[in-house]
Amino acid sequence: MELTGAEIVAECLLREKVDLVFGLPGGVVIPLYDVLRRTPKIRHILVRHEQGAAHMADGYARATGKPGVCIVSSGPGATNTVTGIATAYMDSIPMVIFTGQVPVHLIGNDAFQEADIVGITRPITKHNYLVKEAGEIADAIAEAFYIATTGRPGPVLIDLPKDVQVMKAKFEYPERPHVRGYRPTYEGHPGQIKKAVEMIVASKRPVIYVGGGAILSGAADEVRDLAYRARAPVTTTLMGLGAFPETDSLSLKMLGMHGTWYANTAVMQCDLLIAIGARFDDRVTGKLSDFSLQSKKIHIVIDPADIGKNVQVDLPIVGDVKRVLQQLNPLITKPLGTDEWLQQIEVWKREHPLTYESTASCHEEGLDGGSDGTAPPSHIPLRAQYVIQKIGEMTHGDAIVVTDVGQHQMWAAQWYGFTKPRSMITSGGLGTMGFGLPAAIGVAFAVKDRPIVVISGDGSIQMNIQEMATAVGCRLPIKIALLNNGYLGMVRQWQDLFYGKRFSEVDLRESNPDFVKLAEAFGAVGLRVFKDEDVEEAFAEAMKVTDRPVLIDFVIGEEDNVFPMIPAGAAAHEMRES
Amino acid sequence: MRRHTISLIVENKFGVLARIAGLFSGRGFNIDSISVGESVEPGTARMTIVTQGDEIIIEQIMKQLNRLINIIRVVDLTDDSFINRELALIKVNASAGTRPEIVQIAEIFRAKIVDISQKTLTIEATGNEDKIDAVIGMLRPFGLKEIARTGRVALSREYRGKDQPRQPAPAAPVWERERLNIAADPA
Ligand SMILES: Cc1ncc(C[n+]2csc(CCOP(=O)(O)OP(=O)(O)O)c2C)c(N)n1
Ligand SMILES: [Mg+2]
Repeated sequence: MELTGAEIVAECLLREKVDLVFGLPGGVVIPLYDVLRRTPKIRHILVRHEQGAAHMADGYARATGKPGVCIVSSGPGATNTVTGIATAYMDSIPMVIFTGQVPVHLIGNDAFQEADIVGITRPITKHNYLVKEAGEIADAIAEAFYIATTGRPGPVLIDLPKDVQVMKAKFEYPERPHVRGYRPTYEGHPGQIKKAVEMIVASKRPVIYVGGGAILSGAADEVRDLAYRARAPVTTTLMGLGAFPETDSLSLKMLGMHGTWYANTAVMQCDLLIAIGARFDDRVTGKLSDFSLQSKKIHIVIDPADIGKNVQVDLPIVGDVKRVLQQLNPLITKPLGTDEWLQQIEVWKREHPLTYESTASCHEEGLDGGSDGTAPPSHIPLRAQYVIQKIGEMTHGDAIVVTDVGQHQMWAAQWYGFTKPRSMITSGGLGTMGFGLPAAIGVAFAVKDRPIVVISGDGSIQMNIQEMATAVGCRLPIKIALLNNGYLGMVRQWQDLFYGKRFSEVDLRESNPDFVKLAEAFGAVGLRVFKDEDVEEAFAEAMKVTDRPVLIDFVIGEEDNVFPMIPAGAAAHEMRES
Repeated sequence: MRRHTISLIVENKFGVLARIAGLFSGRGFNIDSISVGESVEPGTARMTIVTQGDEIIIEQIMKQLNRLINIIRVVDLTDDSFINRELALIKVNASAGTRPEIVQIAEIFRAKIVDISQKTLTIEATGNEDKIDAVIGMLRPFGLKEIARTGRVALSREYRGKDQPRQPAPAAPVWERERLNIAADPA
């Protein structure tokens, strides 16, 4: 069967069961868009900026585990996706990006809207392709989906010159792509697993440290099984939130720079650290030479390059963490003597909970929002933590939370109360402001039965606010909780704590738009909340809206900081609680 | 810091060299030399990279190379017995008076004269880097005009003399064990 290159692309997408793509056309992808127009099985979502398309595909992938797909034009269209691709790469998210390219004979001529996108994205993709003949398209696409979704997932880019989309070629889809230099390891080595079991059984003070790999591999059940068998407390990274329910008594919540006091202390004092699908990122370890010095370390991870990169470990196990845990868990049969350790941790949790002061009464985690009868100190403004805690309560921990980057992101991580995997969607590795809204749009196309709540900041939201039009156009009932402190808050916090309060270029107060009017201008609903006591009502009202986005402008205190905090480059014992 | 000779078999595809060079520059690894040429199997090429670093860095280099999709095989030859050669073309000033001496130096190093003019001689020398350095050092006083060096190419040595039987395969280095998921000692 002879097809044009563009038709081949569409056929391949159908073979890969892609029914949704995000994109924005331009001159060199018109042939492809012409075919999409008559391919009703593939729904195309028109974005307003190509960065939005990349984040949407990313958000869709994070929520579903399926690869996200986007299509953009050459030159500026392609370069606009770069931040989105790098964001996905850093968090190992499966994505396939199609970029148009100038015709083959013009490549290298500085042609109109030519950019060497394959060169530009080489270090931020798992792999990429420039396809120079229609006959190569099917192989490239089959390989791209295979590479993007297997092993340690990641984004793969395919650059398609315009003439290649028009050229005809025989279409044949490879059943199973064969990529010689690519052989991910899934099964854990039995000998290593046996040793891990011995180490676990011998441990008196174990801690399980879970990263995003556990979410990617769908290993939440196995993590929980391990925690119960080993009677070991579990802490997660930002990327691992939801891999273990924070409501469980074995949960230590998040560790790292803005992790809980007790998680960081437990990691510091444990005798065995079991790292699962994690990579000892500097935001987790702090000062490496002081990191968890008393522990032996087991590292279960799919990418061998993560082993020994930052922290030397005693026992590496390379493999898919779900499979490795399925091999390992049944071998832990003896009851383990960790009672004393767990009691110690209970004491730490009581003595050092996450806290904040509020005009309402939820001072501490674990307490519900009821009044404690004391008169609220009226000078304390609305607190972000309270807003997030309230949203957690009102959605029963069932929402998919999508964040931007900054203080609000850390507060969301600390206070929402994650109980399910794929519920915290956030740019952890790259820390991309502007990720939240478009990523949530991607999520909204995949998830219809759970509330989708963007927790954003006044700085971040403006970085991709144009996608509000996409959300309105598609009638997506996304809730945007804007924690508006009038600042690039996280940077202000660093200047406050480490640069003698010398605030430099972080003040947005004078120039911020009226976010309620802005939402309304897009055709979304805008609400504003100043006081604790109005949070519940406003959010309840937002939940009632089902046919368009709602933005709630929560006007919070201007100078609040995120605690606990381990300053960058410091050790866990240098943690500041206020 | 030690010099390591890393041998790669790669798919001979568009952009492979850029991927490897980009990996080294992006992650701050050193490259002393890199050489590429076709390998036995059509569609593949062998690359020899000479690099430096402590154990941890070399381990990372090997692992990161292995992550590249177009790389089929990566071997660190350094701790095994291997043959390595480099080729240099050296264009040196030569007059009627100095020519005999230069020819004699070339002969001592078993180098060849491959081009001659009124004012120059061009010498082709092969050997390990030390030898090439020595040839160049000896020719320097005559006035070097141009030099082209290939960088090291290397292969592991197959034949070992009777008194040097092939060692039982050395325990796989840590990174290789992790990649192939081999336990440190068979359990
Ligand atoms: C694209 C991008 N630019 C800059 C930064 C650096 N940065 C990190 S947090 C932050 C401030 C974010 O402000 P806002 O969205 O208002 O959140 P807040 O910290 O106030 O909650 C900045 C500028 C970043 N992470 N991403
Ligand atoms: Mg802000």
